[in-house]
Amino acid sequence: MMDRMPARDRIAFILVGLGAIAFALTPWIGGNYLARFATSTCLFITMALSWNFIGGYARYPSFATAAFFGLGAYAGAIAQTRGLAMPGAWLFAAIFTAIFAACLGFVILRLRGHYFAVGSFAIVEILRLGASSWHGLTGGGSGLNVPILPGGPEFASRVFLYSMLALALVTFAAAIWVDRSSLGFGLRCIRQNESAASMLGIDVDRLKIIAFVLSATFVGAGGAIYASWVSYIDPADSFQILLTIKVPVMVLLGGAGTLFGPLIGVLAFQTLEERIWSSFLEIHNGVLGLVIVVLVFCLPGGLLAVPYRDMFRRLTFLRRKAAP
Amino acid sequence: MIDLQVILNGVVLGGLYACVAVGFSLVWGVLNVINLLHGSLIVLGAYLAHLGFTALGLHPFLSLPLVATLLLAFGYLLQRHVLNHVMTEPVLVTLVLTFGLDLLLYNALVLCFTATPRRIVLDLGRIEIADVVLPVDRLAAMLLALVLTGLLYCLLRGSRLGRAIVAVRMDRDAAILMGIRPRDVYAVTFGIGALMAGAAGCLIAVVFPFSPGLAETLLGKSFVVCVLGGLGTVPGALAGGLALGLIESVFGVWLGPQNATIIGFAALLLVLLVRPAGLVGRPGYE
Amino acid sequence: MTAILEVERISRSFGGVRAVDNVTLHLSPGEIVGLIGPNGAGKTTLVNLMTGVLRPSSGVVRFSGRDVTSQKPHQAAQRGIARTFQLVQPFPEMTVVENVAAGARFAARAPTIAAAKAEARRHIDFVGLGALADRQANALTLPDRKRLELAKSIAMKPRVLLLDEVNAGLNSGEIDSALELIRRISAQGVTILIIEHLMKVVFSLSHRILVLHHGALISEGTPDAVARDERVIQAYLGTRFAERHGRPGHG
Repeated sequence: MMDRMPARDRIAFILVGLGAIAFALTPWIGGNYLARFATSTCLFITMALSWNFIGGYARYPSFATAAFFGLGAYAGAIAQTRGLAMPGAWLFAAIFTAIFAACLGFVILRLRGHYFAVGSFAIVEILRLGASSWHGLTGGGSGLNVPILPGGPEFASRVFLYSMLALALVTFAAAIWVDRSSLGFGLRCIRQNESAASMLGIDVDRLKIIAFVLSATFVGAGGAIYASWVSYIDPADSFQILLTIKVPVMVLLGGAGTLFGPLIGVLAFQTLEERIWSSFLEIHNGVLGLVIVVLVFCLPGGLLAVPYRDMFRRLTFLRRKAAP
Repeated sequence: MIDLQVILNGVVLGGLYACVAVGFSLVWGVLNVINLLHGSLIVLGAYLAHLGFTALGLHPFLSLPLVATLLLAFGYLLQRHVLNHVMTEPVLVTLVLTFGLDLLLYNALVLCFTATPRRIVLDLGRIEIADVVLPVDRLAAMLLALVLTGLLYCLLRGSRLGRAIVAVRMDRDAAILMGIRPRDVYAVTFGIGALMAGAAGCLIAVVFPFSPGLAETLLGKSFVVCVLGGLGTVPGALAGGLALGLIESVFGVWLGPQNATIIGFAALLLVLLVRPAGLVGRPGYE
Repeated sequence: MTAILEVERISRSFGGVRAVDNVTLHLSPGEIVGLIGPNGAGKTTLVNLMTGVLRPSSGVVRFSGRDVTSQKPHQAAQRGIARTFQLVQPFPEMTVVENVAAGARFAARAPTIAAAKAEARRHIDFVGLGALADRQANALTLPDRKRLELAKSIAMKPRVLLLDEVNAGLNSGEIDSALELIRRISAQGVTILIIEHLMKVVFSLSHRILVLHHGALISEGTPDAVARDERVIQAYLGTRFAERHGRPGHG
């Protein structure tokens, strides 16, 4: 089943491997700050790869990412406060979110385009307000405290870094599988013409739900790990609208519906945001907005779709012309 | 056994919500663009009205035409020169673009006006009829909201421009064959959407305390009104606004305001699944 | 002989319009049946009802004797019912091979994508598109897109093939090639229902012809019988054609 891997892909996989190693070494290379950056980047990689299943391959504009993240965060946090050990809580959160996504998907995946987007968005709002109201279970607006990992801050930071890194790698493995498998093939057909796909024998309902559940499971686990990491979550922080829109933007930046697009998009976006945060705190939102506008106009297919070779050729051609 | 006061509050709120959402609904129905800037445009209108009030002593109902005109121009130019380029892109792209623009506007608002909540307080007293109390400023705002919404309805029904807009909404290709340029219609419609947002902002300034953060809440309400009532029509916005106003008022008393908002969104989901065209909408606009 | 695909008293209304009105018909294995009728007669709706795209308001659809009235489109496809579209729309971002492989993988259940692609190449050669196999589908001309559509449907290993106006937009030479292809497909044992406006095609190809008018079946029989049927002449063919067809050597 494996076609011979083209050289470009082989290089890409090697780079991914090197990147993972680099991330793993951040506590020693760059100290606490870099380690934290690496941890949150791994979380975004997980979320971007996940969103790509439903939003990239199938092109269903899902704004449910924050719903799954927050749900996972609360599921994990509540499980931990009830005495479940951390890894168990994370697993529980992943399963819980997956089941939620299956039920939700069964209902809203009949909607298309704008209506699907609005529906997925409404879920985020409903969950946020619900978490805010349900004092008894979630602590309501005052939030929820999660027991801190014993062993000191250095040890904790390493545990969470490697947990997020592991999660990102698992998600990437899932992405590779989807990309090569009939699931990915079927989703790509659905993206281009859903009714034609159905008439070619593709069970579109089933595939869409699988993609939707995949887009939720790892994000839910990520939310749970996040909750353990920061030790305190509240509704506004866990069900952020900014998050639920940022993740698709990152994937669009890199190239939706591709295997490496989400990775490139996250790295580019995170680096950009780091620079912006440190230089333009007050106009942080505005600059982010500007970046998004520029992205939409200049990179319609994402960074992966830019014809670099053509551009390079044109540039060297110009240089040769300019020489006396 | 529902209180008349609660119902009346719901109706007043509903009138305001209709005005808040009608611009958003028109843009969504005609351009097929979800304008995520809408909430921020309303808040911009509110700030401008407030500025007029505090700096120039201008009554917000009088500065309303001025604010509306400014926003009409702003919306028109924005669509014509920025949004028009992505009209044929998939849903996600236009959503992301308007989100980016909204971030810019939001940041600008925070920088210019800071995040402190403001409100225009008009001490107009209250009307009391048989156990029911209505603050006059709210009532006046609601009546004005209905008037504006009605004017928009007349514009759409009665003027050449209005009929061109409706034609593009119903069948873009047929409209082109009739000699209508969608590009122009889109720009004007977006301008009208911004105009209504600005006008709604002037009214909101009188009724609620506002800050840049209110933009998000108002956008959320606009979504619910559109889905409940149906896209792209004034009757739809009125029906949806009334429905939401009543839902929030009734459930707000019973379950608390936060849960009332949840019910609003839950109603949105329910309508999306059962009758996507909305209470008074016509199917096929998806 | 049991029919391979049949509909019994099937009807479908849209609002107040009765698009298909109490139609009963059957397809016997190996037949080529023509379905003709004026525009708006309900021919495409009938195909949609047979392939699970639409649910009938009343009536039954049977495939190999089994009741499949409530089937979903992908189930129809996997059972062996394939159809082509009037407005050909291949998957634009994929190559010809990938397009056809989709049919082979999901309907004909080829075990892997690679196996599906290998099979796809065979079907692509069969329809004469071999040279364009790795071209992007949206770069194809109309006649080639029609061939691609045919290749996709035979890749599904269908037992019944419903052809909806395959010849629309083709010139005379292209039509003759299409006819040749359809005869070869039929020779492999596929039962074919062909919807057409071109009488020369229908009459030369079909064993049997069905005539639909305002959603109802108004005539059924051999090409000659149908050409002479008064009702059909009135509704659709016109007296000139009937006269021409009646004389030997013409038609």
